[in-house]
Parts: sequence; structure tokens; C-alpha cells
Amino acid sequence: MHKESDIRLPLILGDKSYKDITDDVIRPIEASPPKTWYILLMISIVIALWGIGCIIYLLGTGVGTWGLNKTVGWAWDITNFVWWVGIGHAGTLISAVLLLFRQKWRFAINRAAEAMTIFAVMMAGLFPLIHMGRLWLGYWVFPLPNQFGSLWVNFNSPLLWDVFAISTYFSVSLVFWYIGLIPDFATIRDRVSKPIFKRAYRVLSFGWTGDAKAWNRFEQVSLVLAGLATPLVFSVHSIVSFDFATSVIPGWHTTIFPPYFVSGAVFSGFAMVQTLMLVLRKAYKLEAYLHVKHVEYMNIVIIVTGSIVGVAYITELFVSWYSGVEYESYAFLNRATGPYWWSYWAMMTCNVISPQLFWFKRLRTSLMFSFFMSIIINIGMWFERFVIIVTSLHRDYVPSSWTYFHPTWVDIGVYMGTIGIFFTLYLLFSRYFPVLPIAELKTILKSSGKNYKEGYGKGKGYWDKHSGH
Amino acid sequence: MAEKVIFAMYDDDDKLMDGAKHLVANDVKVSDVYSPMPLHGIDSIIGIEPTRLAITAFMYGITGVILAMIGIRYMMIIDWPMNIGGKPNFSLKENMLSFVPIFFEFTVLCAAHGMAITYLIRNKTLPGMPPRNPDPRTTDDKFVMEIKTSENTHIKESVLSKLIKDTGFLEIEEKSIV
Repeated sequence: MHKESDIRLPLILGDKSYKDITDDVIRPIEASPPKTWYILLMISIVIALWGIGCIIYLLGTGVGTWGLNKTVGWAWDITNFVWWVGIGHAGTLISAVLLLFRQKWRFAINRAAEAMTIFAVMMAGLFPLIHMGRLWLGYWVFPLPNQFGSLWVNFNSPLLWDVFAISTYFSVSLVFWYIGLIPDFATIRDRVSKPIFKRAYRVLSFGWTGDAKAWNRFEQVSLVLAGLATPLVFSVHSIVSFDFATSVIPGWHTTIFPPYFVSGAVFSGFAMVQTLMLVLRKAYKLEAYLHVKHVEYMNIVIIVTGSIVGVAYITELFVSWYSGVEYESYAFLNRATGPYWWSYWAMMTCNVISPQLFWFKRLRTSLMFSFFMSIIINIGMWFERFVIIVTSLHRDYVPSSWTYFHPTWVDIGVYMGTIGIFFTLYLLFSRYFPVLPIAELKTILKSSGKNYKEGYGKGKGYWDKHSGH
Repeated sequence: MAEKVIFAMYDDDDKLMDGAKHLVANDVKVSDVYSPMPLHGIDSIIGIEPTRLAITAFMYGITGVILAMIGIRYMMIIDWPMNIGGKPNFSLKENMLSFVPIFFEFTVLCAAHGMAITYLIRNKTLPGMPPRNPDPRTTDDKFVMEIKTSENTHIKESVLSKLIKDTGFLEIEEKSIV
């Protein structure tokens, strides 16, 4: 039952036992946080507060404080929205799609990636809300009975599809994440000694017992939620792309947008997972659970999705020429050679050329290089959305309305602020929540733990000969 | 005779599985197993019925799609048919295509949340519930088998203790139920 071929490299290194897994994951929660954690938290909180201040100023004064103009009506707001939603695609993809494919390496990253997803979608959701200008009327996006008729929301509109897609995605991801967390909270509850922690984790763990029937249901729920979340992941970013693709703006009106956006989202999501996890593994000494092999797997996903994105860019260019539509051709020519050429080439370099370096095994198994690349990809994917949105809008059909978009300090402040809020939430998560799925890691210890694979020093293949399972 | 619950603790999942197989082969009813992680295959050994949660998810999903259809039909077709660019909403069937994304999202929303809520209720895991595992170590690295004497009245107590002893447990605890 616990056998696995020797060809497969172990996923858990070192001489770990079940107890060690519990200890390694819970140790950072029990110990008092290191100084660097406080410093990072303080920096994040300061940036977050600055961002909140900018949002309050924006709401008080109006959307005019952004650099938008008559021609460019969507700029950093929707760029940031799409960027954050894209980042929020890795978590559920890892836990759902990789679960359906029974990829055991997902356990090294799924918990933290799901947390990242939830925080990223929260940040994403903020932008459509504040870009409406009147935050207190945000509930108007839902089909609620009202005194205007009732006048309902428009179910034909991709913007409304987006409301449903994002809110479903957020709430389902949250539930998926929490259901996985319950047994691990129970482990913490049964272990910590501080009374306040004991009480808190007692509440959080919902009285989890771990009896056979509960685990049976747990597995079923995880599987079915994964089955539901998989099409959901693909639908969410498809629908985000419909916001553009169903319009008639040259540069947006493209049928390849849905697959192109989805692979771009996975691409940027995995990059953000790398950025966060490579720091986390070092800070929390989780090197045994997340090592070069995991990073390599993630880099392979990055090459595949990055290449899909690259092909999509080139297809777009080709089709704009092949369509023979002057406006369409010009939109793309303008992207590459117009006033925003720098953003187009930043996007091309970061997203198309640089991920191809991962074809070299030495580079894709280098942790430093992976970390560096993950930052590059995060930047590149932000530029992708900026290019799609601003360069398609800034030159209207009538040359008299051609403009150039300049972000104001409020634009920059709100964006930086969401990064601050995101990192504040993530730092709190990493301190008080188990960053690895304790229970699920235990299920793969005997099949993929280094010590078990090597038969406790009894030579390779020991378990093949001696275990009766 | 006082009824007893016997908790046999093991330090390895394989030992517990073998022990459970041994007991069941000797006609002992194992009422439950507490473990820090899912034990694959234990359900069929100790005779736990497969869960029907997936079926509930399907039913919640069907409910979701029907609700979405009824809701959108009422709002877009009957109550306030919008006429956008000379393309009015005539009937659900004709305007169906642009409603599909929300049908889908609402189906997933209902299926996922319905199933999750059912799961929490069926497991008796809700905010504020007290933990009921027999030993705090069962969420760490110990595995506990629960055997009730009331379910094993057909076996003599001495035979039962002998059988349990054979499984190589780490610790054993007996609780009397008055």
C-alpha cells in the first residue's frame, strides 16, 4: 500500500516521522515570532494604512483623483483587479486540479497557495468596488429587489457575470481552504499549552474528532469540491476575459482571450506562489517539505503556461494582421511601436523570453534563480494587463481624443496599499495558521518520505520486499 | 454487567490496520477508529458505509441551476425585459446563451456550499463544538481503535482481551459506561 517506485524522488526529505511533521509545522505557531516577522508586519501595515488612506481620499473626493481621462476610462484599477485575480488562480488550481490528478507534491504548497488565493481575490474584489466611486452602493451589483421598478441587474452583461464568478470563486475557495484547515486546527488545539491559543484553536477546529467516518466524509468533500472548483477556476478567468473580449474595442475583441487569460493567470499565480513559498520555507525551516523538486515542478508549470501565453501574444499579432481590419492592425502595431512601446516590450521580455530560460535544468533547479524569475513574472504579468487595457484604449478612433495615461499618486497609493494589505494578511496567516497541511502530509509520508523509501537505512527497495501491504 | 468501551492505541497506522483486520476476522466489531489523517481502506475493514455527500452535492447543484433559471427568467424576461440595442429579451430559451455563465456559477455556488454545510453538520463539526476524540494524541501521531463490549456480547470478555492483546497495541484504556 505504501509502495512507490524508487524512480520517483522523495517528496519529504530527512528522517521524518508523523510526530516530526506535527512538530515542524506547529513550531512556528508556538514559538514567539522572530524580530524580522514584526519588522515585515510593521512595514506591511504602514503600506496598508497608506493604501487605506488613499482609498478614503479617493472615495471622499471622487474617481477624478485617478489619472483617468475621457479616453482612458479604465487603467490601473482594472489592471490591478485582473492582476490580483490572476494571482488568485494558483491556490485553487493547485488544490483542485492537482488533487484530481493525484499529484502528491501539491501538499508542499497547497495550504499557503490557497491562503494566497483568498487574500489575492479579496484585493481584486476591492478594485471593481472602489472604481464605482460610491462604495456604499456596492450592493447594487447584486440582483436585489429595489424601489426602482424593480429594476434588475443586467444578466446579459459580462460585468455581472464577473460579479457572480468572483464572489462564487472567493466563497468556494474560502470553504475549500477552511475544510482542509479544520483537522489541522484540531492538531494544534490538542497540542498547544497557552490557554488563549487553546481556546482560539478549539473554536477554530469546530470540535474535529478525526473518527473514521469523518475522514471518509473529508476525503469525499475534498474530491467533490475539487471537481467543482476545477471548472470554476477556468470559468472565472474566462469570464474576466469576457469583460474585454465581448466589447468592440480593437485589441480587446479577440476570441482567444479566455484560454489566454486562464493560462496567464496560472502563470502569474505560480510565480507568486514561488515568491512567497521560497521565503516561507527558509523562514520556517520547512526545507524538508518544500525542496528543489517541488520548485522544479512549479517551474515546469511556469514554462508550459508561459509558453501558452507567448503563443497567444504572437497569435494575436498574426490575427490582427491577417484579419485585414485596419483598426485591429493598428491597435497591435501601436502596442509594439507606439508611445507605450516600453510596456509592451517589458511584457514580452518578462513573460515570453525569460520563462524559456527554465528549459535549462540548472536554472529551473536553482532556488535563487527561481525566486528572481518569480518576481520578473509578477512584474511582466502586471504589464500584460496594463498593455491590454491602457494601450488598447489610449488611441481612440478619432485622433483628437488620443491621450496618454499618467498615474496619479492616488493610483499608485491604492495599488501599493493592496500589496500592503495582502502581505499583512499573509504574514498573519503564516504566523497563526498551519502553513502546510499537517494531516495530508502524513498520508504521503510512507509512500514519498525519504526514510521510508530507503527503508530506514536498510537499503533501497526494502519496503518492496518486506511490507505485507 | 457494566458496558465498557475499550480504546486501544497504536503508534503506527499499519499496526492499527492489521489489528483491525485481525479483530474483524475473529468476528469482533470495531466501532470506530480515530486517526490524525485519513486511513485509506479502514472503512471497508471496520464496515463503514460509503458517504452519500457527493449525492447531496448533485442535488444542491440541481437546485442551484433551477433557482438560477427561475430567478433570471423572472427578472430578465417577465418583470423587466430590458431592450438593449434593439435586442429585447423575449424568452428564456432565446436569451439563454448569455445567461449560461451565471447558471454555471450559481450551480457551483449552491453545490459547494450546500455540500460543505451538510458535511459540517453531519460530522458535528460546527463553531463551538467540543472535541470528542478519546485522546489528544490522536490528532498528532497516535491511532486509536474503539471497541464497545455492548457490540461484542457474543464474545467472551477474556477472549476479547486476548484478541486485542494480539494486535500489539501501545496503550489501552477501558471506560465503563454506567
